[in-house]
Amino acid sequence: MSTLVVRVWRGGQGAGAGRFETYDVPRQPAQTVLDVVTHIQRRIDPTLAYRFACRVGMCGSCAMTVNGKARWTCRTHVQAVAGDGVLEIAPLAHFPVIRDLVTDMRAFFDKWAQAKGEFVPTASRRDPFAGVEPASAARRAVDAAIECIGCGICHSSCDVVAWNPAYLGPAALNRAWTLVNDVRDGARAARLAAVAGDAGCHACHTHQSCTERCPKKLAPTASIAALKRTTAFAALAGEIE
Amino acid sequence: MMGAPRREALLWLAQRASAVVLALCVVVHLATMIVAVRGGLSAAEILARTRGSVVWAAFYLVFVAAIAIHAPIGVRAILAESSGGHRRRLDIAMAAFALLLLAAGLRAVYAVTAG
Repeated sequence: MSTLVVRVWRGGQGAGAGRFETYDVPRQPAQTVLDVVTHIQRRIDPTLAYRFACRVGMCGSCAMTVNGKARWTCRTHVQAVAGDGVLEIAPLAHFPVIRDLVTDMRAFFDKWAQAKGEFVPTASRRDPFAGVEPASAARRAVDAAIECIGCGICHSSCDVVAWNPAYLGPAALNRAWTLVNDVRDGARAARLAAVAGDAGCHACHTHQSCTERCPKKLAPTASIAALKRTTAFAALAGEIE
Repeated sequence: MMGAPRREALLWLAQRASAVVLALCVVVHLATMIVAVRGGLSAAEILARTRGSVVWAAFYLVFVAAIAIHAPIGVRAILAESSGGHRRRLDIAMAAFALLLLAAGLRAVYAVTAG
């Protein structure tokens, strides 16, 4: 039975408030990184703080930085990332650290709201059902981007998020794109104005780290590129101020 | 005054449109340089061909205009990431940069085509 050498971030934000602690964790077949974190908290140090919920790759709560890359720990097999028997686990990047592996996700959801990432209805329950053609180009565009569960991995992987604290980020913009294509939605002009501001879709440099890391295989880069085109033509047409 | 969304969207469009123009102009320009150098043309021989030429003047005026649009918008985006605010100052600086490129470019075009 071999042993994993696991470095885990303990404490608060930055080098002054925290440090990496090293733990030895017995290696198991088919072990995930979440299994490793759970082992440390249950058997070695109960003061370790971390988030998880479903542990089966559906909720996105267990996202952490594993060997430098943001991943869902419940869906990351140790043998896939710790070939040399060393694992480094840190909180998600670009978020304030509350403690150990737990981050403050409020800015992530605030930006979702800033990008007008919520549906604005145009009908009431007394109206007939909206007719949305599933095979239409608009609905297919929505379907391609709708599966986001807000795990924060894209935000954590984005260079522009690192450089520009005001940048709305790939998740918020991706969600805004799905609503721009939703035929039932009533806030198109306001939403296009919201995503085209100073730190909106145009701040994206198409690095595509978001698309590369998304565990749901979404492509926020494509959604953002589409928003760039849509806002440009909307500006020409006088739809946005 | 134009709102930020409209301004950002139109700047992006100008960036893309000028990029298309530049893609063509750069290819033509590079080809011209290669032909001139490989052909062993001297500076005087090159100027004899460009001086008084409406075609070269028109081509390089388009090139200079595209540069004066494209470069400042691009630099503005990069600087905005490290400026942390100061938007107004940055926009003024980039407008000045555009005028500088335009002035330098027009001076060069004049020198090469009108003498």
